[in-house]
Amino acid sequence: MPRTTTMASSASSTARKIALRGAALSKVYRAGDVAVHALRDVDIELYRGEFVVLLGPSGSGKSTLLNILGGLDVPSSGQVYFDGAEITARDEAALTRFRRDHVGFVFQFYNLVPSLTARENVALVTEIARDPMTPEAALEVVGLAGRLDHFPAELSGGEQQRVAIARAIAKRPDVLLCDEPTGALDSVTGILVLEALEGVNRELGTTTVVITHNVTIGGMADRVIRLADGRISEITRNAQRRRAAQLSW
Amino acid sequence: MFSALDRKLLRDLWRLKGQVLAVSLVVASGVGVLVMSLTALESLQATAAAYYERYRFAHVFAGAKRAPERLAREMAAIPGVQAVETRISRLATLDLPDFPEPVMARLISVPERGAPRLNRLAMRAGRWVAPGRPDEIVLSEPFALAHDLTLGSRFEAIINGHRRRLEVVGIALSPEFVYAIGPGSLMPDDRRFGIGWMGRRALAAAFDLDGAFNDVSLTLLRGVDPAAVLARVDAILERYGGTPAIARADQISNWFLMNELDQLRTVSTLLPAIFLAVAGFLTNMVLARIVATERAEIGLMKAFGYSNRQVAWHYVQMVIAMTAVGIVLGAIVGTWLGRINTETYSEFYRFPFLYFRPTADVYALGALISLAVALSGTAFSVRRAAMLPPAVAMQPPAPPAYRRRGLSGMRWSRHLDHPTRIILRQIERWPLRSALTSVGVGLSVGVLVMANQWIDSIDAIAEEFFFRSQHQDVMVGLVEPQSTAALYEFRRMPGVLAAEPLRIVSADFRVDNRRHRGAVEGVRADARLHRLFDAGGAIVSVPPDGLVMSTVLAKKLGVGVGDQVWLELREGRRPVRAVRVVRLFETMIGMSAYMDARALDKLLLERPSLEYVNLLVDPLHEHALFARLKASPEVSAVMKRRAAVETFHDTLGDTLLVYVAFFTGFAAALGFGVVYNSARVALSERAHELATLRVLGFSRGEIAYILLGEVALLTVLALPIGCLMGRGLAWIMTAGFETELYRVPLVVDDATYGTAAALALVAAAVSAALVGRRVAAIDLVSALKSRE
Repeated sequence: MPRTTTMASSASSTARKIALRGAALSKVYRAGDVAVHALRDVDIELYRGEFVVLLGPSGSGKSTLLNILGGLDVPSSGQVYFDGAEITARDEAALTRFRRDHVGFVFQFYNLVPSLTARENVALVTEIARDPMTPEAALEVVGLAGRLDHFPAELSGGEQQRVAIARAIAKRPDVLLCDEPTGALDSVTGILVLEALEGVNRELGTTTVVITHNVTIGGMADRVIRLADGRISEITRNAQRRRAAQLSW
Repeated sequence: MFSALDRKLLRDLWRLKGQVLAVSLVVASGVGVLVMSLTALESLQATAAAYYERYRFAHVFAGAKRAPERLAREMAAIPGVQAVETRISRLATLDLPDFPEPVMARLISVPERGAPRLNRLAMRAGRWVAPGRPDEIVLSEPFALAHDLTLGSRFEAIINGHRRRLEVVGIALSPEFVYAIGPGSLMPDDRRFGIGWMGRRALAAAFDLDGAFNDVSLTLLRGVDPAAVLARVDAILERYGGTPAIARADQISNWFLMNELDQLRTVSTLLPAIFLAVAGFLTNMVLARIVATERAEIGLMKAFGYSNRQVAWHYVQMVIAMTAVGIVLGAIVGTWLGRINTETYSEFYRFPFLYFRPTADVYALGALISLAVALSGTAFSVRRAAMLPPAVAMQPPAPPAYRRRGLSGMRWSRHLDHPTRIILRQIERWPLRSALTSVGVGLSVGVLVMANQWIDSIDAIAEEFFFRSQHQDVMVGLVEPQSTAALYEFRRMPGVLAAEPLRIVSADFRVDNRRHRGAVEGVRADARLHRLFDAGGAIVSVPPDGLVMSTVLAKKLGVGVGDQVWLELREGRRPVRAVRVVRLFETMIGMSAYMDARALDKLLLERPSLEYVNLLVDPLHEHALFARLKASPEVSAVMKRRAAVETFHDTLGDTLLVYVAFFTGFAAALGFGVVYNSARVALSERAHELATLRVLGFSRGEIAYILLGEVALLTVLALPIGCLMGRGLAWIMTAGFETELYRVPLVVDDATYGTAAALALVAAAVSAALVGRRVAAIDLVSALKSRE
């Protein structure tokens, strides 16, 4: 399987630079005497400006892969390279710096700070970032310019998720990692959120990875990577990306 | 058989062991203080009661100058009197080889044959004085110990002007001198004041009291009111120079002991209340959090068919278990401290035996009160758990709503960074919880201030009593009042730089039907060695006419400036005169009254006389002076100011250090318990939020700031609150400790506030550090997987 990945990417990567690369990534969780192999020897390359959808059933290793690529978790073996430099060997503080400077995260349950308004939730990140957008500009990108001073409790789920996206992109990350961003939303709201992600990818050129169960969402990606049993089972390249607005489920 | 719920309970308690321990520490402090003070109280009460009973401690005491023995029969005939015993009791000076100063002793006669009927001695070693042996003496045990006197030791005594060599034949304790305090002292000083028992015939010969007595004790039949007996005794002794009869309650040793017990009672009510109230709050804080995190489980239990009552009982059991740990801990620590406490007391209050058998009541009371407080404190959370509808319980709770108003909404807050804003909003969102956290930490500061302020107050008393108003090095008491010519003799003694007379006349003060038995002190306008100061440190001048009295005495008599007081002087020709109150002043010790010395002499219809002399002494010649005083037959007492100050500080210092150490421990447990639980609950509630921030690129330090900053801010807010509360607590305690004899002034040094605040900060820092370690260990991945 890994060979497929290499071939697929080598065919089209001549002009494009690799943003993030995982080499021979494995992750083994130990629960008592039982070893659970969440990832088995995965190689993956993410190109600059690319929109990738990671598809797979529960337990297939999607989130583990995303967490390792984003520096939230460390692999049991294998390496992660960012811009050609290895980040897996770094210490905790360096990983924090990597996340702070280069990675944006969007979660299924938004994870906004309930005691801060939309603007402040974004500002939380822009305060510690190098060369961020203004919080207002970031919220503008996700279409929430009118809800700046609302607290999370005063926003709908879709709005909360778009605040989370604004918060993730405000620091102009190189990579945007989204774990089931529409998982808790109905389809109409979900599409609004996907449109926001699509806008970010198009306008800012941010490498975007979206984890989902939802096969339909694969339509808006450059590449769809399928995982099963901790391995990449298939990589497909869409000849034509569909607009998020054209999706429905 | 354990049910599944019981298992859950045990596992929950184990999982939350840190918090359970922090709560139990506070419960334990409350129960500990309660058990400590109540067991000490019970022990001392039981010991005193048994001691008094077994050694037939008298109910009524009276004195006379010289009363014929036949009066004993008259007194025995007073209705309600059970037994009468006459004695000879006088002060004498002892010349002890190991001690440069003359030492004062009260010599009391014992019957020639057999033991005294009343106020019996508890013989610790040796035997009674043999009949007809004028050179044998039984000494009080603490005094003998202080001077290394054992059976067979010999020393010289100046008894009524005659030097005599005495041999120690017995060592004893007496219920009359549980607290043996010398004349004019504030504290027992076993090196400078002792009790000696000698044969009746020996003392009668020495004091020229053959067939007469100067001291009498009576016991009463059960249930007899002493007041009527006192009046009859006074009437009988009136003609014989009687000093008014007093009931057991006013007997000096017993009075001190009973006061001590009252103070213990104050401690045993006030402090446990504080600790247990805080414990109730903490238990609720922990339980509310458990209920919040177990919403889904509660829904599940109900979906499976558990009733509301079963759910409520489950959480009630949890509260009981948490409190029970504290109760057990508190009972153990309290019993241990109670023993130390009782033993500390027995260093001042001398008993031949000590009952330390805490009764089950004390523990039952402690357990009941703690459980009641914990259960009422957590009633709301338990009810919420019981009432949660299953369908609602299984959904995640709605996100908490925050407001833009308040501190964090103000204009200045724009300059704050967002972590700080999160802290402020968090406090605003749960104002009650935040306030209670601050109050809890504040109380730990308060308890520390209260404990430490005792040292400040004692210093203030010492300052007023020993340094401001007294400038003499030595005060000498004379056997009989003498003419002022005696002063010249003192001025010629070795090392004496100055000598000033002092006249203290015992007197009854009477206004309508209010009476006070005390003394009037004559003050000379030119006095330099002894001056009158009020509690505020200002000199009180004594006008040439009229009475200057302390506000406490004025209050007792119900008089103010300009009012008239009947003064019944109990010396000389015992004149009774109406005197006007001309000035009042505040003082910490005694219910004193002063008059100009000349006016007092005029009142007494006497030539100027003195019975005390204040001396300023060149320290180089001190030993020579003491040798001279030891040899002087007119001298009945020698009081060295420096020694009195040292005794005062030594005795109080040791006790206070023990006491301060206890309460520092309790306060630290309180501060630790509150801060640890606040931080732990906050961490549990916000682990998700903090993990998110970590993912967003915040460092461990930065998220620790958000979590612990809140606790830190509340702790800082608690410091001034705590200082205020400490002052309030100290006020309550000093008011509770006020007696006729002394008042503990409310003095709190800045350093005391500082120390208390610093200790609270240390306790907070330790608990924050413990929680901080958990912040570092937050699992980012798993925190993000769950919804909350």
